[in-house]
Amino acid sequence: MNSFNVEQIRNDFPILKREARQGVCVIYLDSTATSQKPVQVIEAMNDYYRRSNANIHRGVHTLAEEATTLYEGARERIAKFINAASSREVIYTRNTTESINLVAYSWARANLKAGDLVILTEMEHHSNLVPWHMLQMERGIELDFIPVTEDGLLDLEAYKSLLDRRPKLVSFTHMSNVLGTINPADEIIRLAHDAGAITLVDGAQSVPHLSVDVQALDADFYAFSAHKMCGPTGIGVLYGKSALLDAMPPFLGGGDMIKEVKLRSFRANSLPHKFEAGTPAIAEAVGFGAAVDYLSAIGMERIAAYEHEITEYALDRLEEVPGVKLFGPSADKKGGVAAFTLDGVHPHDVAQILDQDGIAVRAGHHCAQPLHEKFGIPATSRASFYLYNTKDEVDMLVNGIYKVKEMFG
Amino acid sequence: MDDLYREVIIEHYKNPSYRGKLVPHDISFADNNPLCGDHIQIDLRVNKDGVVTEAMFDGHGCAISQASADLLMEFVIGKPLGEVKLLNKQDILDMLGIDLGPVRLKCALLSLKVLKAGVYGLGEAGDDLVE
Repeated sequence: MNSFNVEQIRNDFPILKREARQGVCVIYLDSTATSQKPVQVIEAMNDYYRRSNANIHRGVHTLAEEATTLYEGARERIAKFINAASSREVIYTRNTTESINLVAYSWARANLKAGDLVILTEMEHHSNLVPWHMLQMERGIELDFIPVTEDGLLDLEAYKSLLDRRPKLVSFTHMSNVLGTINPADEIIRLAHDAGAITLVDGAQSVPHLSVDVQALDADFYAFSAHKMCGPTGIGVLYGKSALLDAMPPFLGGGDMIKEVKLRSFRANSLPHKFEAGTPAIAEAVGFGAAVDYLSAIGMERIAAYEHEITEYALDRLEEVPGVKLFGPSADKKGGVAAFTLDGVHPHDVAQILDQDGIAVRAGHHCAQPLHEKFGIPATSRASFYLYNTKDEVDMLVNGIYKVKEMFG
Repeated sequence: MDDLYREVIIEHYKNPSYRGKLVPHDISFADNNPLCGDHIQIDLRVNKDGVVTEAMFDGHGCAISQASADLLMEFVIGKPLGEVKLLNKQDILDMLGIDLGPVRLKCALLSLKVLKAGVYGLGEAGDDLVE
C-alpha cells in the first residue's frame, strides 16, 4: 500500500493503546457503531475549550469572534470534504438520525400528502424507517421498499417497477451498516430524478469510508454523522441543495434561526442558520472540522483502498471457519463490515466471549430489524474495520471465534 | 468469563428441560428484549389453589437468556403465584450463580419480566417488574 502506514495511524489513537483488562489489548472492531478519535480531534476540542470558548454569532468580543470563526470554518471544510457547492448547504444537526428527521418534518410535511409514495429499501437502518412510519401515521403517505436479494444487493429491476408508481421521494442508505453493501447511489438517484422524485441519502456509513461527492451524485439531501468518521458524538450534517432548503419551512424554532422576532411573528434566518435553532454543539463542530482535516490529509481514496484490503482478508479468513455464515455481498461490492452467525451460538454469546480477549464486536440486529427478519435470523455478530485496523487483529478475531466454538462444543 | 459461561448455563442452554409450549394453559405471555431482539414466551398451568403446576418457555436468544428462562421454569413449578410475584433480579442472579453487567442483565431478566407480566396480567414486560 503506497505509504499507508497503519502503525503510524494507530499512534494517533490513544484508546488503541489501552488494555481491556490486564495484559489484554483492545481490539476495536466496532467502528460501524462509532469510530475511535485521533489525538488531533481530541486536542482541537480541548484547545477550543481552553482558549476560545464563547457563544457564536452576535457576540463582538474576541472570544465570540474566535468561536464563530472556528465553528464556521469547520463548516467550510466539511462542505469541501463532500464537495458541496456552498457551505450554506451544510446544516449542522445532532447526527444522521436528526438530519433524516429534519427532512421528514420540514420538507416532507410541506410537500407530501395522503397517498403520496415514499420509496425506502429493505436494508435501511431504523433511522431511515421510523421517521417515515411516523409520517405515514400522521399523513397517510404510502411506503414501499426496494427488495434486498439473497446476496445482499438492492434489486434494481424491482426498483424500476416501483418508480412507475411516481414516488415523491426515494430515501436509501449509501452503505448498509449490516451487509456492508455499497449501493449504486448515482444510478438510484438518476432513476429517481427521471421519475420526478426527490432523493435523500443516508450516508452515515459511506462518508467515513468512501470519497463522497454530493454534486457528482446529484443527491438532493445527504445525511451523515461526525462520530463515525473520527469526530465527536453529538454533531452531524444534513446536506441539501440550496433551492430545496431555501423553500423549506424551518424545523426547530428559537434563537439563531431567526432574522427578526416580534411578539406575534418571526422571520426566518437565511441558510444554513435557518435550521440551527439554539446554541449548537460548537466544540463538536470544531472537532468535526479536525476530523475532516485528519481524513483529508491521509486521503479518502487511500483509506478506502486499505479498508478494502482488510475486508477482503477478513472475509476470506472468516469463510474458512466451519459454522460461520457471512451476510452481504463479496468484498468488491462492500465496505469494511463482516456480519456473521456461528452455528449453535447466539451472537450475544459470541460477542461476550470475544470480549474476554479484548475483541470488541457488536451483536444484535444493529438497528436493522426488518433486514434480519428478511434473512430469517434474529441477530448477527458484526465485526467492522476502519483505517486503524490490521490483519493481525483479524487473525485474533478468527482465533477468538475458534475459542467460542470450543466453549460451546 | 469462564464464570459467566459456567457449565450449568451452557448445559441449560443446549439441553433445556422446560422448552416448549403448554396447550391449554392458564397464563401465557410473550415479549422481546428490544436491545437484541431476544424473544421469550412463557406458558403456565395453575391449580385452583393458585400454585404453578407446569411451566414452559419458548423463544430464541443467547445462552444467558435461555438458561435463565429454563432455571426460572424449574424454580416456579410448585410455587404459589403470590410467591412468583415477589421474585426479583437478585433471585435470577442467585439461580445463575453469576454477576452480570448492565447489558447482559437485560438478557438474564427477560424471562422473569415476561413471567411477571403474565402473572400480573399486564400488557407489557416492563423493567420495573424486576427491580
